[in-house]
Formats: sequence, structure tokens, C-alpha cells
Amino acid sequence: MSVLDEVPATEADSAVPDSAALYRTIRFIRRFEERAVELVKAGEIRSGIHPCIGQEAVAAGAVATLDADDVVLSSHRGHGHLLAKGCDPARLMAELAGRATGIDRGRGGSFHPSDFSANVFNATGTVGHGAAIAAGIGWAAATAGSPRVVLSFFGDGAVSQGALLEGFNLAALWRLPVVYVCENNGYATTLPAGAAIAGTVVGRGEAFGIPSSSVDGQDAETVYAAVREAVVRARSGGGPSLLEMRTYRYHGHHTFELKTRLRYREQSEVDSWLGRDPLLIQAARVAEDERARVDAEVEARLDEVVRFAVASPYPDPATATDHLHADGLRPRPGSAR
Amino acid sequence: MAAPVIDRSATASSVRSLTLGKALNLGLRTAMEADPKVLVMGEDVGKLGGVFRITDGLQKDFGEHRVLDTPLAESGIIGTAVGLAVRGFRPVCEIQFDGFIFPGFDQIVSQVAKLHNRTLGRVKVPMVIRVPFGGGIGAVEHHSESPESYFAHTAGLKVVACSNAVDAYWMIQQAIACDDPVLFFEPKRLYHSGFMKADVDTAATPQPLFASKVLRRGSTATVVAYGPSVKVALDAATAAEEDGHSLEVIDLRALSPLDLGPVFESVRRTGRLVVVSEAPSEASLSSEIAARVQQECFHSLEAPVLRVTGFDTPYPPAKLEEHFLPDLDRVLEAVDRSLAW
Repeated sequence: MSVLDEVPATEADSAVPDSAALYRTIRFIRRFEERAVELVKAGEIRSGIHPCIGQEAVAAGAVATLDADDVVLSSHRGHGHLLAKGCDPARLMAELAGRATGIDRGRGGSFHPSDFSANVFNATGTVGHGAAIAAGIGWAAATAGSPRVVLSFFGDGAVSQGALLEGFNLAALWRLPVVYVCENNGYATTLPAGAAIAGTVVGRGEAFGIPSSSVDGQDAETVYAAVREAVVRARSGGGPSLLEMRTYRYHGHHTFELKTRLRYREQSEVDSWLGRDPLLIQAARVAEDERARVDAEVEARLDEVVRFAVASPYPDPATATDHLHADGLRPRPGSAR
Repeated sequence: MAAPVIDRSATASSVRSLTLGKALNLGLRTAMEADPKVLVMGEDVGKLGGVFRITDGLQKDFGEHRVLDTPLAESGIIGTAVGLAVRGFRPVCEIQFDGFIFPGFDQIVSQVAKLHNRTLGRVKVPMVIRVPFGGGIGAVEHHSESPESYFAHTAGLKVVACSNAVDAYWMIQQAIACDDPVLFFEPKRLYHSGFMKADVDTAATPQPLFASKVLRRGSTATVVAYGPSVKVALDAATAAEEDGHSLEVIDLRALSPLDLGPVFESVRRTGRLVVVSEAPSEASLSSEIAARVQQECFHSLEAPVLRVTGFDTPYPPAKLEEHFLPDLDRVLEAVDRSLAW
């Protein structure tokens, strides 16, 4: 049996979001990403990362609706999803840095890590695959009579992928307990959504008879309410939903943009989205002294996280051929030197 | 209530004479009876029983939840199977024709092959992807191809090909029981061929899945084949006998990992090797075999390793496929060239 089945259900569903908890999650993701960008600049994270700075309310609000035994499928911009679901941040930072102490011993990296202790199935480095895999996990849950739901994240770039639409079709056809969350940050790498998407994101879901709506992705509590409705529907056998979260990334697609100084967005556009910063929106709902306490606690924790990641060793090259096959078969000597 | 029907032939003996297609059907049925986590999914596999009738009767007996007719969506089929496999199921996906696997190629190469490695073995992907492959049925592109080398090239997958009814019966069950993903190639033109009909003893002890097999002993030259080409190699060996040549024929069965030990042993005795495959030769399994045999048997070789393969072209029109496919004459010609070196 899969290790995913070992996690028991714990949390109770609530119609009312916990504002302070959402603030802490958003603050934690924001600062985690900013610290990770520093580590990229310092050469500690060699792959670079796809920062989700600006999109934190989607991860925080959506994942807060789930129980521990619900499953999340992430995307290449997925650190926030993992952290919101309870992934150990020290081991995640170590994973980004390709260290042996990382959750996947560096093999998942920033782009496709998994954390089964938190029920986060792998992110997909290639875009759009998760929709059908989510359908399969949902099918397994439904067959077992389990109330478990699957939350499948992807970006606006994925809605141009055929694989995603095949997944939508199957999930709708078989009424599987999947909630599809599209984080529409307006750009597929550098291509504006308007130049990539004929029709609309929501139209993709509606075409399959999937209840679909567009949501303000900068407000974690709005996100929470919308995702909760979809989760309740999925849990009660009502099938999949699609939610488009309108959001924005304040950084580039990937940290390589720090060097290339790409210019594909108007500063006025960036500024207008900075005016709807998900961290500030949620901060306004939390008392100042509470925020100060949370901020200090987050910073202290992240100091530990960074220290742990940077001090961790790289994987032993001798482990490169481990785990290729379930039966322990290794590549031929010489083919893996 | 109707009286139960007792199949006396089955109770009397564990041996049945089966075509390759019927043997696969029985193997699938046996695997489904043994493990309720085994599911069959694919295009027209349910009510129709598959366009080649390999899953005939399974939906009727096991129900729509275990034998599922899917839409035409190979990426979706394989992706869904990944989700099921990581949750403890053992899905068996049928790809209707070899050339239809490419819409699912990305899922296979990017997810199926890599998940176990990427997750340090915390996730297993015990799924089988069945692929009717090869030509000889008068079809054209997309319906007659031999794409096995793409998958043998990809680390993390296992790839096998059956060539006869006995292997078909056992190998499909072994592939389903395997905790790794297996690409299972079936020689479609032999499904219903009387030639490959054999007595399948369901009480026998099968050979391991990832092992090649010497089908015919010989001393003049070694001929290695797999899938539909095995019949061609055996026919060539019979014909060569009339010329006084004794060919050793080896059925690879496992394409990844390759089990070349018996091939090396054979070539060290015969000094000559002909590899037969319907797949184009460029950067293929036949190239890999040639490279490894020259590395391991360099001082034993009396002639270069020769290959008899499909052309390095797209699959040809029906009237031309007899020229494209390796046949008895081309194999014998290669043996003669090797002997004349």
C-alpha cells in the first residue's frame, strides 16, 4: 500500500477561516520565498526557483480547507502549497538546495518535490500532467468509499495543454472528488495569458460541465470560501470543480530573470497588483501585536531553516543509482559512472 | 436456479491449447481473480473486449468498475492509472495500437518512469501498459509500428515482449505482479495465429519475467529476436537446416533490462550474430545489442554483428510491408553474409 494511506484524518471542517492562521501561513510563505531567493543569489540553490511571492493567498486559503489526509498535487511554483500543507520547511529548503537532508534527497528540487508525510503528491515539472493523476487518486478514494478529496494546482500556462483537458474530461465523466485550482498569474513564463488562451480559463471547465468560477486570488479568505464550497461538493460525491484564482507574481517566472533583467510587464501593472498584496490584505484582519509576535516567530524559524539547509551535505554520488526500480535493479555498471 | 456448469476439461487437466490472444486473455483473467486491485482500462476494452478481443468477457465477469471503457485519451488513461497505481491499485492499460501510445508518451517518460526514483521509493507505480505492436496486418502508420526502443531507452521503465502463447499467459501475470511499471509489447499479428498456438500448462512453474530464452540450439550462428520476429527467426532456422546450417535462436523476452548473458554465451560458441527486429535500426534495441555483444564477445566474433530490421522510414503502405518487415529470406541472407565474412 502507498505511504499516502498512512496519514490519519485529524482536522474538522470549518466554514469560518482562521484569520490569524492564514496570516501566519502567508507571512511564512512570503519570507520563506524571500530567503530562498537570497540563497539562489548566494549560489546555494543552483537550480534557481519559481518564486510564488504575490500568490501566497491562493496556497494559504485553498489548503486551509483541507484535512490532513486530503491530497495536494502541486505545480512548479509549489513551495507555498507544500508549506501550507504542513511540509517541514527546513527539509523543503534543503530540498531546494539539493541537499541530502531534503524531503526527496534533492531529487525533487524546487520544481517537483513530494512530501508524503504531508500528503503532497509531486509537483510536475512538465505542465498539465497533474489533472489526470489527480483523477486517478480521486478514483482510488471514491472506490474505497473514502471522503478524501484531491486539490490539483496548476498555472494559467497549463490550460493550453491537452493533458490537462483529458484530466478534466475524465474527472467530470466519472464524477471524481477533485478540486482543480488554476493560479492565473497572467503569464506563462513571459507570454501574457491574453496571447495564450483562446476563450477563458473558466470556460475550460464549463465545457466539461464542471462547476467553474473565477475568484479574487489575492484575498485568502475569499479563496478559502470558494475552495471550501468546491471541497464540500467533492466530498459529498458532487464531482470536480474548477476555480480560477486571479493572482500575480511579484517576481519573475524564475530567478533567472534576476540576471536577464527581462522586461515583459509594464511597471504600472506590477504597481497596481502590489496595491493588492495578499500579505497586507490579510494583515489588516489581524491585531498589530499578534502580527508582531507571528512575524518574529516566523523569522526565528526561518533562521533555523536556512542554517539547516546550508549546513546540510550534498547527496553522496554513490546514491545516484538508488531507487531506480522497486525491485532494487540498478543500471549496468558503466552506464551510470 | 440453473445447475452450475462444470468445465470438465479444466478439472481433468491443467493443460489447454491456446492461441497467443486467448492465452493473454486467460492470464489477465487469472490475475484479476487473484488480486481485486487489478483493473483493466482502455479504449473499447469493456463491452467489445478490445479491438483484438484480448479482454473479451472480462467486463462481463468482473464488472464495469474493474474493466473500464475509457475515452480516446491516452495521456488521460495513463495519468489516471498513475494516480490509481500510487494508491495501491494495479491498473493494466491497453493502448489500442502501437502508434497510439505517443499521446501518452509524456506521462510515461515524465511521470511513470520517474516517480519511484524521484520519491526515493516511497511511491511505487505498479502498472502495466499493454501495447499490440508490429506490422503484418495490412495496416499503415500508427497501426503497425514498433516503438519499444523509446521505452527501453528510458530509465525507470521495464519493457518486455512476448512471442508465444505460453509466455503470453505467464508474462502478463508476472508483469501485473511486478512493483515496477512494465511496458508489455504483444505481437498483434500472432494473436490469433495457429502457429503460435501452444499447450499452456497453468500448473507449470514459469520462467522469470526478465530472462531471455534459448528456443533452439545451434552452432553455426546465433539469431536473436523478440516479439513477432521470433517466428521469423525460427522459420529461418528450419530453412537453414536444409543448407546444413545450424542456427541458435534466442527469444529476448525482456527488452529492459536486457538479459544478454545467454546471447554472450551463444556468440562465444558460434562467433556470429544476427539480430532481427521490425523496429527501424537507427539508435535502437538492435544497436544496443550489437554494441554490447561486440564489447563482451570481441575476441569470439568471426564477423560483425549484422542486423535485419524494418527500414529507417515511416511504416510503408500495405502492399509494401512485406519488403519492410524482416522475413525468412532476409534473415538467411544475413546469415550467409556473416558466414562469408
